[in-house]
Amino acid sequence: MTDTALQGLAGPVTLDQVVAARAPWDAIVRKGQTLRIVDLEGNQAVDFLMYALTDDAERYSAQDTMAAQGNIFLRTGSVLLSNEGRAMATVTGTSVAYHDTIGGACSCESNTLRYGHHTKSQHACVENFLQANARHGRGKRDMVSNINWFMNVPVEADGALGIVDGISAPGLYVDLRAEMDLVAIVSNCPQINNPCNGFNPTPVRMIIAG
Amino acid sequence: MTDTANPYGAQAHARAMAGTRVESMPTLPASAAADLPEGVAAEAMVWEETIAPGGYAAKQLGRGARLRLTDLGGDACASMLVFNAERPIERLNVADTLKVQWNAYLGAGRLVLSDMGKVMLSVLDDEAGTHDAFCGASNQASNARRYGTGDNWGPHPNARDRFSLALAKFGLGRRDIHPCINWFKGVRVEEDGGVTPQIGPFAAGRTITLRAEMDLILVLANCPHVMDARADYTVTPLRVSAWRGPVTPVDDPIRNATPEGLRAFLNVEADFSR
Repeated sequence: MTDTALQGLAGPVTLDQVVAARAPWDAIVRKGQTLRIVDLEGNQAVDFLMYALTDDAERYSAQDTMAAQGNIFLRTGSVLLSNEGRAMATVTGTSVAYHDTIGGACSCESNTLRYGHHTKSQHACVENFLQANARHGRGKRDMVSNINWFMNVPVEADGALGIVDGISAPGLYVDLRAEMDLVAIVSNCPQINNPCNGFNPTPVRMIIAG
Repeated sequence: MTDTANPYGAQAHARAMAGTRVESMPTLPASAAADLPEGVAAEAMVWEETIAPGGYAAKQLGRGARLRLTDLGGDACASMLVFNAERPIERLNVADTLKVQWNAYLGAGRLVLSDMGKVMLSVLDDEAGTHDAFCGASNQASNARRYGTGDNWGPHPNARDRFSLALAKFGLGRRDIHPCINWFKGVRVEEDGGVTPQIGPFAAGRTITLRAEMDLILVLANCPHVMDARADYTVTPLRVSAWRGPVTPVDDPIRNATPEGLRAFLNVEADFSR
Protein backbone atom coordinates (compact mmCIF):
# COMPACT_ATOMS: atom_id res chain seq x y z
CA MET A 1 0.00 0.00 0.00
CA THR A 2 1.34 3.45 -0.93
CA ASP A 3 2.04 5.92 1.83
CA THR A 4 0.58 9.09 0.33
CA ALA A 5 2.47 11.23 2.86
CA LEU A 6 5.70 10.31 1.06
CA GLN A 7 4.52 11.24 -2.44
CA GLY A 8 6.65 13.67 -4.37
CA LEU A 9 9.65 13.49 -2.06
CA ALA A 10 12.93 13.24 -3.94
CA GLY A 11 15.70 11.02 -2.65
CA PRO A 12 15.79 8.48 0.16
CA VAL A 13 13.83 9.08 3.35
CA THR A 14 16.41 9.45 6.13
CA LEU A 15 14.02 10.16 8.98
CA ASP A 16 10.30 9.53 9.48
CA GLN A 17 8.93 10.23 12.94
CA VAL A 18 5.64 11.07 14.60
CA VAL A 19 5.84 13.81 17.18
CA ALA A 20 3.38 13.21 19.98
CA ALA A 21 0.82 15.84 20.84
CA ARG A 22 2.35 18.54 23.11
CA ALA A 23 5.93 17.28 22.62
CA PRO A 24 9.21 18.92 21.51
CA TRP A 25 11.27 17.60 18.59
CA ASP A 26 14.58 18.47 16.97
CA ALA A 27 16.65 17.29 14.02
CA ILE A 28 19.47 18.29 11.73
CA VAL A 29 18.45 18.98 8.14
CA ARG A 30 21.32 19.10 5.68
CA LYS A 31 21.56 21.55 2.81
CA GLY A 32 19.47 20.29 -0.09
CA GLN A 33 17.35 17.95 2.01
CA THR A 34 13.60 18.42 2.31
CA LEU A 35 11.78 18.48 5.63
CA ARG A 36 8.11 17.61 5.19
CA ILE A 37 5.73 18.34 8.07
CA VAL A 38 2.38 16.56 7.89
CA ASP A 39 -0.62 17.84 9.88
CA LEU A 40 -1.96 14.35 10.61
CA GLU A 41 -5.31 15.19 12.15
CA GLY A 42 -5.74 18.80 10.96
CA ASN A 43 -5.30 22.30 12.39
CA GLN A 44 -2.33 21.47 14.59
CA ALA A 45 0.04 24.41 15.04
CA VAL A 46 3.68 23.39 14.67
CA ASP A 47 5.89 26.02 16.29
CA PHE A 48 9.22 26.02 14.50
CA LEU A 49 12.71 27.48 15.05
CA MET A 50 15.79 27.14 12.84
CA TYR A 51 19.47 27.69 13.59
CA ALA A 52 22.49 27.54 11.29
CA LEU A 53 24.31 24.34 12.23
CA THR A 54 27.79 25.85 12.08
CA ASP A 55 26.98 29.13 13.89
CA ASP A 56 23.78 29.02 15.86
CA ALA A 57 23.90 32.76 16.63
CA GLU A 58 22.54 32.87 13.08
CA ARG A 59 18.90 31.83 13.22
CA TYR A 60 15.52 32.29 11.59
CA SER A 61 14.23 35.85 11.59
CA ALA A 62 10.54 36.48 10.97
CA GLN A 63 11.16 40.21 10.53
CA ASP A 64 13.87 39.77 7.90
CA THR A 65 11.71 37.23 6.08
CA MET A 66 8.62 39.46 6.05
CA ALA A 67 10.54 42.58 5.03
CA ALA A 68 12.28 40.80 2.15
CA GLN A 69 9.13 39.25 0.71
CA GLY A 70 6.89 42.23 1.55
CA ASN A 71 4.25 39.97 3.04
CA ILE A 72 3.48 38.56 6.47
CA PHE A 73 2.26 35.15 5.25
CA LEU A 74 4.45 32.16 4.37
CA ARG A 75 3.39 30.44 1.16
CA THR A 76 4.93 28.22 -1.50
CA GLY A 77 8.03 30.08 -2.69
CA SER A 78 8.67 31.93 0.56
CA VAL A 79 12.38 32.11 1.36
CA LEU A 80 13.02 31.86 5.10
CA LEU A 81 15.81 34.27 5.99
CA SER A 82 18.21 34.38 8.91
CA ASN A 83 18.92 37.36 11.12
CA GLU A 84 21.96 37.92 8.89
CA GLY A 85 19.79 38.11 5.80
CA ARG A 86 20.82 34.72 4.37
CA ALA A 87 18.46 32.12 2.95
CA MET A 88 18.04 29.26 5.43
CA ALA A 89 15.23 27.34 3.71
CA THR A 90 12.61 27.65 0.99
CA VAL A 91 8.97 26.62 1.16
CA THR A 92 8.95 24.40 -1.90
CA GLY A 93 5.36 23.27 -1.55
CA THR A 94 2.38 23.30 0.78
CA SER A 95 -1.22 22.22 0.52
CA VAL A 96 -2.29 24.97 2.97
CA ALA A 97 -2.94 28.47 1.59
CA TYR A 98 -0.60 30.23 4.02
CA HIS A 99 1.18 29.86 7.34
CA ASP A 100 1.90 32.27 10.20
CA THR A 101 5.11 33.90 11.38
CA ILE A 102 3.83 36.85 13.46
CA GLY A 103 2.03 34.98 16.24
CA GLY A 104 5.10 33.91 18.21
CA ALA A 105 5.12 30.98 20.60
CA CYS A 106 2.84 30.50 23.58
CA SER A 107 4.48 30.66 26.98
CA CYS A 108 3.31 30.10 30.53
CA GLU A 109 3.94 33.79 31.16
CA SER A 110 2.12 35.20 28.13
CA ASN A 111 -0.76 32.82 28.78
CA THR A 112 -1.33 34.65 32.09
CA LEU A 113 -1.92 37.85 30.11
CA ARG A 114 -3.97 36.32 27.33
CA TYR A 115 -6.25 34.08 29.37
CA GLY A 116 -5.65 34.66 33.08
CA HIS A 117 -3.38 33.44 35.83
CA HIS A 118 -5.28 30.15 36.06
CA THR A 119 -3.34 29.02 32.94
CA LYS A 120 0.13 29.50 34.43
CA SER A 121 0.70 25.81 35.11
CA GLN A 122 -0.30 24.68 31.62
CA HIS A 123 2.36 23.37 29.25
CA ALA A 124 3.49 25.81 26.54
CA CYS A 125 5.65 26.03 23.42
CA VAL A 126 8.41 28.03 25.09
CA GLU A 127 8.81 25.18 27.60
CA ASN A 128 9.27 22.78 24.67
CA PHE A 129 11.70 25.12 22.90
CA LEU A 130 13.79 25.58 26.04
CA GLN A 131 13.99 21.82 26.59
CA ALA A 132 14.83 20.97 22.97
CA ASN A 133 17.40 23.78 22.69
CA ALA A 134 19.08 22.83 25.96
CA ARG A 135 20.25 19.60 24.31
CA HIS A 136 22.27 21.76 21.90
CA GLY A 137 23.66 24.12 24.55
CA ARG A 138 21.25 26.92 23.76
CA GLY A 139 19.21 28.78 26.32
CA LYS A 140 16.54 31.39 26.72
CA ARG A 141 18.56 34.11 25.00
CA ASP A 142 18.45 31.97 21.86
CA MET A 143 14.66 32.10 21.80
CA VAL A 144 13.74 34.49 19.03
CA SER A 145 11.09 34.65 16.37
CA ASN A 146 9.44 31.49 15.10
CA ILE A 147 7.14 30.10 12.43
CA ASN A 148 3.75 28.58 13.22
CA TRP A 149 3.03 26.06 10.50
CA PHE A 150 -0.70 25.41 10.01
CA MET A 151 -1.68 28.41 12.16
CA ASN A 152 -3.94 31.23 10.95
CA VAL A 153 -3.31 34.81 12.16
CA PRO A 154 -5.07 37.39 9.98
CA VAL A 155 -4.62 41.16 10.31
CA GLU A 156 -7.78 43.19 9.68
CA ALA A 157 -7.89 46.65 8.06
CA ASP A 158 -8.07 48.36 11.47
CA GLY A 159 -5.08 46.41 12.77
CA ALA A 160 -7.10 43.81 14.67
CA LEU A 161 -4.98 40.67 14.86
CA GLY A 162 -5.60 37.29 16.39
CA ILE A 163 -5.20 33.55 16.23
CA VAL A 164 -8.41 32.32 14.62
CA ASP A 165 -9.84 29.04 13.34
CA GLY A 166 -7.34 27.15 11.21
CA ILE A 167 -7.36 26.61 7.45
CA SER A 168 -5.52 23.29 7.54
CA ALA A 169 -7.03 19.79 7.43
CA PRO A 170 -5.97 16.17 8.04
CA GLY A 171 -3.06 15.15 5.83
CA LEU A 172 -2.09 18.62 4.64
CA TYR A 173 1.63 19.31 4.59
CA VAL A 174 4.43 21.79 4.09
CA ASP A 175 7.79 21.06 2.44
CA LEU A 176 10.95 23.01 3.30
CA ARG A 177 14.16 22.68 1.35
CA ALA A 178 17.20 23.48 3.47
CA GLU A 179 19.47 26.08 1.86
CA MET A 180 22.15 25.53 4.50
CA ASP A 181 22.82 22.89 7.16
CA LEU A 182 20.18 23.52 9.81
CA VAL A 183 19.03 22.56 13.25
CA ALA A 184 15.23 22.47 13.27
CA ILE A 185 13.46 22.74 16.62
CA VAL A 186 9.75 22.05 16.94
CA SER A 187 7.15 22.47 19.61
CA ASN A 188 4.03 20.53 18.73
CA CYS A 189 1.87 23.21 20.26
CA PRO A 190 0.05 22.25 23.49
CA GLN A 191 -2.16 25.36 23.60
CA ILE A 192 -5.77 24.63 24.61
CA ASN A 193 -7.07 28.17 25.15
CA ASN A 194 -7.40 29.29 21.53
CA PRO A 195 -8.29 27.69 18.18
CA CYS A 196 -4.68 27.19 16.97
CA ASN A 197 -4.97 23.44 17.61
CA GLY A 198 -8.73 23.22 17.35
CA PHE A 199 -8.66 23.14 21.18
CA ASN A 200 -7.27 19.61 20.92
CA PRO A 201 -3.51 19.10 20.41
CA THR A 202 -2.70 16.19 18.07
CA PRO A 203 0.41 14.44 16.66
CA VAL A 204 2.29 15.55 13.56
CA ARG A 205 4.66 13.66 11.28
CA MET A 206 8.17 14.80 10.37
CA ILE A 207 9.87 13.36 7.28
CA ILE A 208 13.36 14.22 6.05
CA ALA A 209 14.32 13.14 2.54
CA GLY A 210 17.16 13.66 0.11
CA MET B 1 57.99 71.25 15.07
CA THR B 2 54.21 70.78 15.29
CA ASP B 3 52.04 71.76 18.26
CA THR B 4 51.56 68.09 19.10
CA ALA B 5 55.19 66.94 18.98
CA ASN B 6 55.37 66.46 22.76
CA PRO B 7 52.81 65.53 25.50
CA TYR B 8 52.48 69.16 26.66
CA GLY B 9 51.53 70.36 23.23
CA ALA B 10 49.30 67.36 22.56
CA GLN B 11 47.49 67.98 25.85
CA ALA B 12 46.91 71.62 25.00
CA HIS B 13 45.70 70.67 21.55
CA ALA B 14 43.24 68.11 22.98
CA ARG B 15 41.95 70.45 25.68
CA ALA B 16 41.37 73.25 23.18
CA MET B 17 38.51 71.14 21.76
CA ALA B 18 36.47 71.48 24.96
CA GLY B 19 33.10 73.08 24.50
CA THR B 20 32.72 72.10 20.86
CA ARG B 21 29.07 71.58 19.94
CA VAL B 22 27.94 69.40 17.04
CA GLU B 23 24.44 68.39 16.08
CA SER B 24 24.70 64.76 17.22
CA MET B 25 26.04 64.44 20.75
CA PRO B 26 24.90 63.93 24.34
CA THR B 27 24.26 66.78 26.75
CA LEU B 28 26.02 66.34 30.10
CA PRO B 29 24.78 66.75 32.67
CA ALA B 30 21.30 66.04 31.34
CA SER B 31 20.00 68.84 33.56
CA ALA B 32 21.65 71.22 31.08
CA ALA B 33 19.28 69.91 28.38
CA ALA B 34 18.95 72.24 25.42
CA ASP B 35 15.48 70.91 24.66
CA LEU B 36 13.81 70.62 28.07
CA PRO B 37 10.37 69.02 27.67
CA GLU B 38 7.51 71.26 28.73
CA GLY B 39 6.68 70.96 32.42
CA VAL B 40 9.82 68.94 33.23
CA ALA B 41 12.23 70.28 35.86
CA ALA B 42 15.81 70.46 34.66
CA GLU B 43 17.02 68.39 37.62
CA ALA B 44 14.62 65.56 36.66
CA MET B 45 16.40 65.03 33.34
CA VAL B 46 18.47 61.85 33.10
CA TRP B 47 19.33 61.74 29.40
CA GLU B 48 19.50 64.10 26.49
CA GLU B 49 21.26 62.95 23.37
CA THR B 50 20.97 63.51 19.65
CA ILE B 51 21.74 60.28 17.83
CA ALA B 52 23.50 60.78 14.51
CA PRO B 53 22.14 59.50 11.22
CA GLY B 54 23.44 55.93 11.20
CA GLY B 55 24.31 56.16 14.90
CA TYR B 56 23.24 54.35 18.02
CA ALA B 57 22.95 54.84 21.78
CA ALA B 58 21.94 52.82 24.84
CA LYS B 59 21.00 53.75 28.39
CA GLN B 60 19.77 52.20 31.58
CA LEU B 61 16.52 53.82 32.71
CA GLY B 62 14.75 53.48 36.04
CA ARG B 63 11.18 52.33 36.53
CA GLY B 64 8.89 55.33 36.03
CA ALA B 65 11.27 57.19 33.72
CA ARG B 66 9.72 58.97 30.76
CA LEU B 67 11.41 58.73 27.39
CA ARG B 68 10.62 61.10 24.55
CA LEU B 69 11.92 60.42 21.05
CA THR B 70 11.91 63.30 18.55
CA ASP B 71 12.21 62.82 14.81
CA LEU B 72 14.09 66.09 14.35
CA GLY B 73 14.25 66.13 10.57
CA GLY B 74 11.37 63.88 9.52
CA ASP B 75 13.51 60.94 8.46
CA ALA B 76 14.64 59.31 11.70
CA CYS B 77 14.06 55.57 12.15
CA ALA B 78 14.37 54.66 15.83
CA SER B 79 14.96 50.91 15.93
CA MET B 80 14.63 49.78 19.55
CA LEU B 81 15.67 46.80 21.65
CA VAL B 82 14.65 46.59 25.32
CA PHE B 83 16.00 44.47 28.19
CA ASN B 84 15.13 44.16 31.86
CA ALA B 85 18.15 45.90 33.41
CA GLU B 86 18.10 43.64 36.46
CA ARG B 87 17.93 40.42 34.44
CA PRO B 88 18.70 41.07 30.75
CA ILE B 89 17.58 37.52 29.92
CA GLU B 90 14.11 39.12 29.93
CA ARG B 91 13.61 41.20 26.81
CA LEU B 92 11.14 42.74 24.42
CA ASN B 93 8.92 40.21 22.65
CA VAL B 94 7.38 41.74 19.55
CA ALA B 95 5.07 38.79 18.80
CA ASP B 96 3.63 38.83 22.32
CA THR B 97 3.31 42.63 22.19
CA LEU B 98 1.01 42.36 19.17
CA LYS B 99 -0.76 39.11 20.00
CA VAL B 100 -1.60 39.93 23.61
CA GLN B 101 -3.05 43.32 22.58
CA TRP B 102 -4.96 41.83 19.62
CA ASN B 103 -3.55 44.52 17.35
CA ALA B 104 -0.81 44.95 14.76
CA TYR B 105 -0.06 48.63 15.31
CA LEU B 106 1.62 50.50 18.14
CA GLY B 107 0.47 53.94 19.24
CA ALA B 108 -0.79 55.95 22.20
CA GLY B 109 -2.10 53.77 25.01
CA ARG B 110 -0.39 50.60 23.78
CA LEU B 111 2.10 48.56 25.76
CA VAL B 112 5.49 47.09 24.93
CA LEU B 113 5.66 43.62 26.46
CA SER B 114 8.49 41.35 27.54
CA ASP B 115 8.85 37.64 26.87
CA MET B 116 7.96 37.03 30.52
CA GLY B 117 4.41 38.36 30.42
CA LYS B 118 5.26 41.81 31.75
CA VAL B 119 4.88 45.36 30.54
CA MET B 120 8.22 47.03 29.82
CA LEU B 121 7.01 50.35 28.39
CA SER B 122 3.72 52.20 27.99
CA VAL B 123 3.14 54.57 25.08
CA LEU B 124 1.93 57.78 26.76
CA ASP B 125 1.74 59.97 23.69
CA ASP B 126 2.26 59.53 19.96
CA GLU B 127 2.28 62.36 17.45
CA ALA B 128 3.59 60.14 14.66
CA GLY B 129 1.23 57.20 14.19
CA THR B 130 3.62 55.50 11.78
CA HIS B 131 5.51 52.71 13.51
CA ASP B 132 6.59 49.20 12.59
CA ALA B 133 6.72 45.95 14.53
CA PHE B 134 7.05 43.72 11.46
CA CYS B 135 10.11 44.52 9.38
CA GLY B 136 12.91 44.63 11.93
CA ALA B 137 16.45 45.87 11.52
CA SER B 138 18.50 46.31 8.39
CA ASN B 139 21.58 44.09 8.24
CA GLN B 140 24.95 44.12 6.51
CA ALA B 141 23.61 42.24 3.50
CA SER B 142 20.49 44.38 3.03
CA ASN B 143 22.46 47.63 3.25
CA ALA B 144 25.15 46.31 0.92
CA ARG B 145 22.46 45.48 -1.65
CA ARG B 146 20.95 48.97 -1.50
CA TYR B 147 23.90 51.26 -0.80
CA GLY B 148 26.92 49.20 -1.84
CA THR B 149 28.22 48.83 1.71
CA GLY B 150 26.72 48.26 5.14
CA ASP B 151 29.64 48.13 7.53
CA ASN B 152 29.98 49.86 10.89
CA TRP B 153 33.20 51.49 9.69
CA GLY B 154 31.71 52.81 6.45
CA PRO B 155 29.17 55.43 5.43
CA HIS B 156 26.11 53.11 5.53
CA PRO B 157 25.97 51.32 8.89
CA ASN B 158 23.11 48.86 9.37
CA ALA B 159 20.82 48.68 12.39
CA ARG B 160 21.68 45.09 13.32
CA ASP B 161 25.41 45.77 13.53
CA ARG B 162 24.68 48.96 15.49
CA PHE B 163 22.69 46.86 17.97
CA SER B 164 25.58 44.42 18.16
CA LEU B 165 28.01 47.16 19.22
CA ALA B 166 25.59 48.65 21.73
CA LEU B 167 24.89 45.27 23.32
CA ALA B 168 28.57 44.35 23.56
CA LYS B 169 29.01 47.28 25.93
CA PHE B 170 26.46 45.71 28.29
CA GLY B 171 28.06 42.27 28.07
CA LEU B 172 25.41 41.09 25.63
CA GLY B 173 25.99 39.74 22.14
CA ARG B 174 24.62 38.68 18.78
CA ARG B 175 22.39 36.08 20.42
CA ASP B 176 20.66 38.82 22.37
CA ILE B 177 19.54 40.81 19.32
CA HIS B 178 15.83 40.10 19.38
CA PRO B 179 13.13 41.28 16.95
CA CYS B 180 12.89 45.07 17.27
CA ILE B 181 10.34 47.86 17.02
CA ASN B 182 10.93 50.68 14.52
CA TRP B 183 9.50 54.00 15.70
CA PHE B 184 8.66 56.75 13.15
CA LYS B 185 8.81 54.54 10.06
CA GLY B 186 5.60 52.56 9.66
CA VAL B 187 3.99 49.68 7.84
CA ARG B 188 0.44 48.69 7.11
CA VAL B 189 -0.63 45.10 6.48
CA GLU B 190 -2.91 44.58 3.48
CA GLU B 191 -5.71 42.03 3.18
CA ASP B 192 -3.48 39.55 1.31
CA GLY B 193 -0.78 39.91 3.94
CA GLY B 194 1.19 42.41 1.89
CA VAL B 195 3.32 44.85 3.85
CA THR B 196 3.11 48.48 2.70
CA PRO B 197 5.86 50.66 4.14
CA GLN B 198 5.22 54.23 5.30
CA ILE B 199 8.64 55.81 4.86
CA GLY B 200 7.91 59.52 4.55
CA PRO B 201 9.74 61.86 4.79
CA PHE B 202 7.39 63.18 7.45
CA ALA B 203 6.99 66.57 9.11
CA ALA B 204 10.00 67.46 11.23
CA GLY B 205 9.67 67.32 15.00
CA ARG B 206 7.19 64.47 15.55
CA THR B 207 7.54 62.89 18.99
CA ILE B 208 6.59 59.74 20.83
CA THR B 209 6.68 59.52 24.63
CA LEU B 210 7.13 56.25 26.53
CA ARG B 211 7.11 55.33 30.23
CA ALA B 212 9.44 52.69 31.67
CA GLU B 213 7.45 50.16 33.70
CA MET B 214 10.54 48.34 35.02
CA ASP B 215 14.26 49.11 35.15
CA LEU B 216 15.37 48.88 31.54
CA ILE B 217 18.32 48.82 29.22
CA LEU B 218 17.08 50.67 26.18
CA VAL B 219 19.00 50.40 22.90
CA LEU B 220 18.37 52.62 19.88
CA ALA B 221 19.82 52.53 16.38
CA ASN B 222 19.02 55.25 13.85
CA CYS B 223 19.52 53.74 10.39
CA PRO B 224 17.31 53.84 7.28
CA HIS B 225 14.32 51.50 7.48
CA VAL B 226 14.98 48.17 5.78
CA MET B 227 12.11 48.80 3.30
CA ASP B 228 13.21 52.38 2.50
CA ALA B 229 13.54 52.18 -1.29
CA ARG B 230 15.43 55.44 -1.73
CA ALA B 231 18.80 54.91 -3.39
CA ASP B 232 20.57 57.30 -1.02
CA TYR B 233 21.22 56.42 2.63
CA THR B 234 18.53 58.77 3.95
CA VAL B 235 18.18 59.28 7.69
CA THR B 236 18.08 62.37 9.92
CA PRO B 237 19.11 62.87 13.57
CA LEU B 238 17.06 61.37 16.40
CA ARG B 239 16.75 63.21 19.71
CA VAL B 240 16.31 61.29 22.93
CA SER B 241 15.07 63.01 26.10
CA ALA B 242 14.45 61.11 29.34
CA TRP B 243 13.46 62.23 32.80
CA ARG B 244 12.52 60.72 36.14
CA GLY B 245 8.85 60.18 36.84
CA PRO B 246 6.55 58.43 39.28
CA VAL B 247 5.92 54.69 39.08
CA THR B 248 2.55 53.99 37.44
CA PRO B 249 -0.23 54.24 40.04
CA VAL B 250 -2.96 51.61 40.34
CA ASP B 251 -5.58 53.97 38.91
CA ASP B 252 -3.55 54.77 35.76
CA PRO B 253 -5.85 54.67 32.71
CA ILE B 254 -3.35 52.83 30.49
CA ARG B 255 -2.76 50.22 33.24
CA ASN B 256 -6.49 49.56 33.43
CA ALA B 257 -7.40 49.89 29.76
CA THR B 258 -7.62 46.17 28.93
CA PRO B 259 -7.73 42.94 30.96
CA GLU B 260 -4.60 41.65 29.21
CA GLY B 261 -2.69 44.87 29.86
CA LEU B 262 -3.77 44.97 33.50
CA ARG B 263 -2.37 41.46 34.00
CA ALA B 264 0.91 42.61 32.40
CA PHE B 265 1.10 45.37 35.04
CA LEU B 266 0.13 42.94 37.81
CA ASN B 267 3.01 40.68 36.75
CA VAL B 268 5.49 43.60 36.97
CA GLU B 269 4.10 44.69 40.32
CA ALA B 270 4.42 41.10 41.58
CA ASP B 271 8.06 41.12 40.46
CA PHE B 272 8.71 44.28 42.49
CA SER B 273 6.98 42.81 45.59
CA ARG B 274 10.17 41.73 47.34
